[in-house]
Amino acid sequence: MATAEATIQSGTTAGSKTGLWSWITTVDHKRIGIMYAVTALVWFLVGGLEALLIRIQLAKPENDFLSADVYNQIFTMHGTTMIFLVGMPIAVALFNYIVPLQIGARDVAFPRLNALSYWIYLFGGIFMNVSFLLGAAPNMGWFGYTPLTTEMYSPGLNADFWSVGLQILGIASIMGGVNFITTIINLRAPGMTLMRMPLFTWMALVQSFLVITALPVFAVALFFLSFDRFYGTTFYNTMAGGDPFLWQHLFWIFGHPEVYILILPAFGIISDVLPSFTRKPLFGYNMVVYSGVLIGFIGWGVWAHHMFATGMGPIADSFFSIATLIIAIPTGVKIFNWLATMWGGTIRFNTPMLFCIALVAMFTIGGISGVHHGSPPADLHQTDTYYVVAHFHYVLFGGLIMGLFAGFYYWFPKVTGRMLDEKLGKWNFWLFVIGSNMTFFPMHFAGLLGMPRRIFTYAEELNLATINQIITVGGFLTGVGVLVFAWNVIRSLKKGEIAGNNPWGSHTLEWATTSPPPEYNFAELPEIRTREPLWDGISSVDVTGPPKAPIHMPSPSFWPILTAASINLALILMMTEKWWPPVLGVALVLLCVINWAYEPASEH
Amino acid sequence: MNHAAAASSDHHYTATGLNTFKLGFWTLIGSESLFFASLISTYMVYKGESVRGPFPSDVFNIPLTSFSTFVLLMSSLMMVLALAAVQRGDRKGSLLWLFMTALFGSIFLGCQAYEFTHFYHAGLTLGTNVFGSSFFILTGFHGAHVLMGVIWLLILWVQALRGQLGAKDALTVEVAGLYWHFVDIVWIAIFTLIYLLD
Repeated sequence: MATAEATIQSGTTAGSKTGLWSWITTVDHKRIGIMYAVTALVWFLVGGLEALLIRIQLAKPENDFLSADVYNQIFTMHGTTMIFLVGMPIAVALFNYIVPLQIGARDVAFPRLNALSYWIYLFGGIFMNVSFLLGAAPNMGWFGYTPLTTEMYSPGLNADFWSVGLQILGIASIMGGVNFITTIINLRAPGMTLMRMPLFTWMALVQSFLVITALPVFAVALFFLSFDRFYGTTFYNTMAGGDPFLWQHLFWIFGHPEVYILILPAFGIISDVLPSFTRKPLFGYNMVVYSGVLIGFIGWGVWAHHMFATGMGPIADSFFSIATLIIAIPTGVKIFNWLATMWGGTIRFNTPMLFCIALVAMFTIGGISGVHHGSPPADLHQTDTYYVVAHFHYVLFGGLIMGLFAGFYYWFPKVTGRMLDEKLGKWNFWLFVIGSNMTFFPMHFAGLLGMPRRIFTYAEELNLATINQIITVGGFLTGVGVLVFAWNVIRSLKKGEIAGNNPWGSHTLEWATTSPPPEYNFAELPEIRTREPLWDGISSVDVTGPPKAPIHMPSPSFWPILTAASINLALILMMTEKWWPPVLGVALVLLCVINWAYEPASEH
Repeated sequence: MNHAAAASSDHHYTATGLNTFKLGFWTLIGSESLFFASLISTYMVYKGESVRGPFPSDVFNIPLTSFSTFVLLMSSLMMVLALAAVQRGDRKGSLLWLFMTALFGSIFLGCQAYEFTHFYHAGLTLGTNVFGSSFFILTGFHGAHVLMGVIWLLILWVQALRGQLGAKDALTVEVAGLYWHFVDIVWIAIFTLIYLLD
């Protein structure tokens, strides 16, 4: 029994294992969280670089800095990267590190599955970007509309990389969703009832439900596309009776919940950060929880508002328009809850707090322009213009990225034991706020003046040059902000001020343990009795120190990385356009899974 | 090692009292439901949209498929008996019923292989029309799930043969059973919506 389990005896420091192999085989949620964060930040730099290339190209009319084809590849990969390789995984990085700590668990429910998700994600991201080396990066826009993506109109490898790459990444997300739902429902410490959970954990739960329900629909849409391209099926082939709108419906049935998959983690972060920096509990905790759950539900009934311009008819248009306007209500509820939390609080304007304030302001702007295209007549004018680009960058940069940066500055001390520098943090913040508003606000005007998205250049006579130059300058300011952040991280890792267990005087459980926490997180936990355990009596003394009894932790395993490699291989082999190579790949996956299942690690 | 141990083991405290592995598997089944729902919806949307034959009415052999459906339904009964035998610690019964479940699953797969070949000879391929595409991909994914289930059951059977599948392993068999019943239920939906509904 338990022969392969690492046993942490009183007084030993089993968390100090180092070396490359220990990272490859790790199943520790904290290490996997760090790997997720580092990988996603590297893709953030790549995606940001792509954005800057777009901005250079558009800085003047009739520019020939990028060819039309390269431009198509760059904007497609910018969108794909930022959503699938940055937005979702950075949230998962924070879930990984923080959620088990917030609920008082030793690890996630399935530690090896967690490692599997990470490796699939890493390999999938590399696979997609390898396409650049072949000069054949995806080039048909991040939502890959058929029939543009079918063999007839996209004969090259570009769309192959896209459909296979996203299939790979989807598997990682679904595995992660299963893991977090199970973790949050089942591994809460005694006394941590659902309605005492920190909001970040709550939103992780809602988000994970959206992930496991939305991603399979996308998987099906992508399988259809891959099979059309590789094996001659006719799902998107109008000549054989295929419906060109099948893809759009399947894609947006996934794609709209995806919007909430991206934003809910940021809502969770701000709902935990605000109380810490205003020194008062979140205003209307229940309402914030319920509105988050409601967003999760209604998020399923609004997908076709992305398709008003396809002529669905007045009944469908009205239904989806009304549903879209309704979903603004729970979102607005949250905004008011955050404002009311700040109202009358003893506010400290540290960097995480500043990012939260920016989130509230900028997300509101993005939310309002979202209500505009929720109305079909207005949307018909805005579809495929920069107005839409302005809208979703306000919600994704102003909402998601601001929220995630609030999270980085807030939790960095917990993860590394050192504070990020406040002065550099403020530089980072102001460059982000000024840069992003300068980038995305003028886009509203460019759009209303008729500038279409996804067109590699524009004529001088359109008088769009000045607006585009302002946008480009703003883009570069934001880029400088990212560099400041990178420098801040590198510098603070070595020279940052020592943080201590609870540098912000926060209320949730992760701040009770040491920074960084030991491998087993808490030596022991007293029963949780309130929503703000650290403000209501639980102190670090209770939960740190050497464990009083031996603690069994899951042992490292190399099966996750092997399984991930074979899953990647099986799907990539579809590109051979023969049926037997992927079947062999699946057999390899099975072999790995069987070995995994009979590895003694987590069996008793 | 009775307290504060690794979270994933089944004999430890959980917040809901539910076993973690089982809960996780239920979650996965929830996700799989959406996967099959999308495939079935696509078939329904494309019903009657094929521009050339063969059409469903030309190739479907309802008596044969009713037989294979019956076999798959019976295999769920065998699965229940297998789980009961494992829980009792009845090695002989476990061996018998696990094998029977896998056998009935295999008969179902055999029928499907026969059906696919028959359709192929009648001129229906993946690329013939949207009926061919949506039918083969939907039932193909379902068949792949059945195949995974058969492999899983055979592994459990080998484990039982070696005397390594006692009452303490009932949970593993229970989860395999969950999977098996799920795949069975999906087939009932497919049989009703695709074969029977005109």
